[in-house]
Amino acid sequence: MAGKTYEEINAKIRRGEAVVVTANEVIDIARDIGVKKAAEKIDVVTTGTFGIMCSSGAFLNFWHTKPKMKMQHIWLDDVPAYGGVAAVDCYLGATELPAGDPGNAHYPGHFRHGGGHVIEALVAGRPVHLRADAYGTDCYPRRSYEQTLTLADIRQAFLFSPRNCYQNYNVATNCSDRTVYTYMGVLKPHMGNVHYSSAGQLSPLLNDPYYRTIGIGTHIFLGGGEGFVAWPGTQHAPDDPRNARGIPLGGAGTLAVIGDLKQMDARFVRGVSLTGYGVSLMIGIGIPIPILDEEALYYTTVTDVEISAPLCDYGPDGYPTGEPCTLGYVTMAELKSGEIEFEGRRIRTAPLSSYSKAVEIAETLKGWIAAGRFTLGQPSRLLPTDEKFSGGCA
Amino acid sequence: MADTITKSVSLRYSPELVDAPIIYHLVRDYHLIPNIIRASISPNKEGYTLLSLTGAEEDFRKAIVYLQGLNMVVEQLADKVSWDELRCTQCGACTAVCPSGALSVQRPEMTIRFDGTKCVVCHMCIEACPVDAVKLDF
Ligand code: SF4
Ligand code: SF4
Repeated sequence: MAGKTYEEINAKIRRGEAVVVTANEVIDIARDIGVKKAAEKIDVVTTGTFGIMCSSGAFLNFWHTKPKMKMQHIWLDDVPAYGGVAAVDCYLGATELPAGDPGNAHYPGHFRHGGGHVIEALVAGRPVHLRADAYGTDCYPRRSYEQTLTLADIRQAFLFSPRNCYQNYNVATNCSDRTVYTYMGVLKPHMGNVHYSSAGQLSPLLNDPYYRTIGIGTHIFLGGGEGFVAWPGTQHAPDDPRNARGIPLGGAGTLAVIGDLKQMDARFVRGVSLTGYGVSLMIGIGIPIPILDEEALYYTTVTDVEISAPLCDYGPDGYPTGEPCTLGYVTMAELKSGEIEFEGRRIRTAPLSSYSKAVEIAETLKGWIAAGRFTLGQPSRLLPTDEKFSGGCA
Repeated sequence: MADTITKSVSLRYSPELVDAPIIYHLVRDYHLIPNIIRASISPNKEGYTLLSLTGAEEDFRKAIVYLQGLNMVVEQLADKVSWDELRCTQCGACTAVCPSGALSVQRPEMTIRFDGTKCVVCHMCIEACPVDAVKLDF
């Protein structure tokens, strides 16, 4: 087939004529009519994922107080935000804890509140208490400031996450003889349970494994609003080994993403507390894959059976040591069934990411595009596929 | 057995009691069906057992008196946990730790369902839920 261009697809979207399906639906369509016909018929395949994504945060600008102030230390609902950016700009990180949080002093700590929760509160329109101090300068004399405000009072607020949307991810278990509390959840001893965090066949970067259409400027669903891919994410490691389908066997690709907090919906931006670990942010991301050619369509037909992820030991002798901790590989289909078989044992699995929300995101994005209100962003640079970034356990 | 109840209790006890055949007595003398949800017992340390007991209400009451008589700190856990469907992100993290199947994943949609009648109020989900969607109901 002759390829389609971004312009052609966008023109169809604007006319309300684009054929848009989700990464789940495309599987059956291609099975019925074949990849070639499906590629001619379909213009866009939508993907989705909703999971805990550390390395998230937001830039906020409070606008100037009277008299003016160069805020040095900033707290939002007692959670420190980094103010070493400018006078009234700050960065609020998702994993930041309130001043005086006992951490794991009473192990395992509860971590009820932190940066992720403040970001959720802002998006939900709830009031947040801002407190700042400063040493005072001739041009910025004010030394302290306190104000309760909502997102509407904040001049600019955008999510800017250095690393979201891992292509694939470790599956966690615990081989030791005590319960461990990790960012992958509470893991019972002697491989008592297995946790995973991936939307599998719906997951954005698994539907375009070689980033043929995803890069800087890709227009995305971000937290219920619209956003963009800003850069390859930190720890982007495209040269992780891959299977015959192009699916990486480790974390591989990541995205730095950006989007206006004021457009977001708190149903897709949630602060999370991980017992014994800390706080973070759960966020929804959906990426449209333009079907430029048959190959693009082919990659979107990946199924959970073809996606494998490394099963890693998060017990004290495994992941924490920094040494290789992979025990084997399991498929997404097994993980989603609720049980995996490993070395003759059946072990219960549970997701940390929400599959039903991932479906909702892919469906929502499909609706936006079909209705002509969301067009594709042509990347000005694609994500790198061959650079050596960091190694080690994802 | 219309009056059968299931309640969860936590027991804390001194090291001397670690070897006492408590479960045996609960079964034989009080006709209760114990389900140990969690236990931490190590030599010379305070013991902790979290268990649910199913049986007649009267027997349950007597069993609590018996346990207290052994100088155990007996705490009856809240009667109910409530699940806030709107807060729930449908992740499923609670389902691997829930021992009773009260919280479960509906396949293939992968949505989460809470069946309060199966819940043994063990608190495991409360620790596991990242967004505080399950709470104790007193
Ligand atoms: S308290 Fe939670 S984990 Fe325990 S049985 Fe009830 S629902 Fe399941
Ligand atoms: S862990 Fe919490 S948010 Fe996740 S499914 Fe269970 S109740 Fe819902």
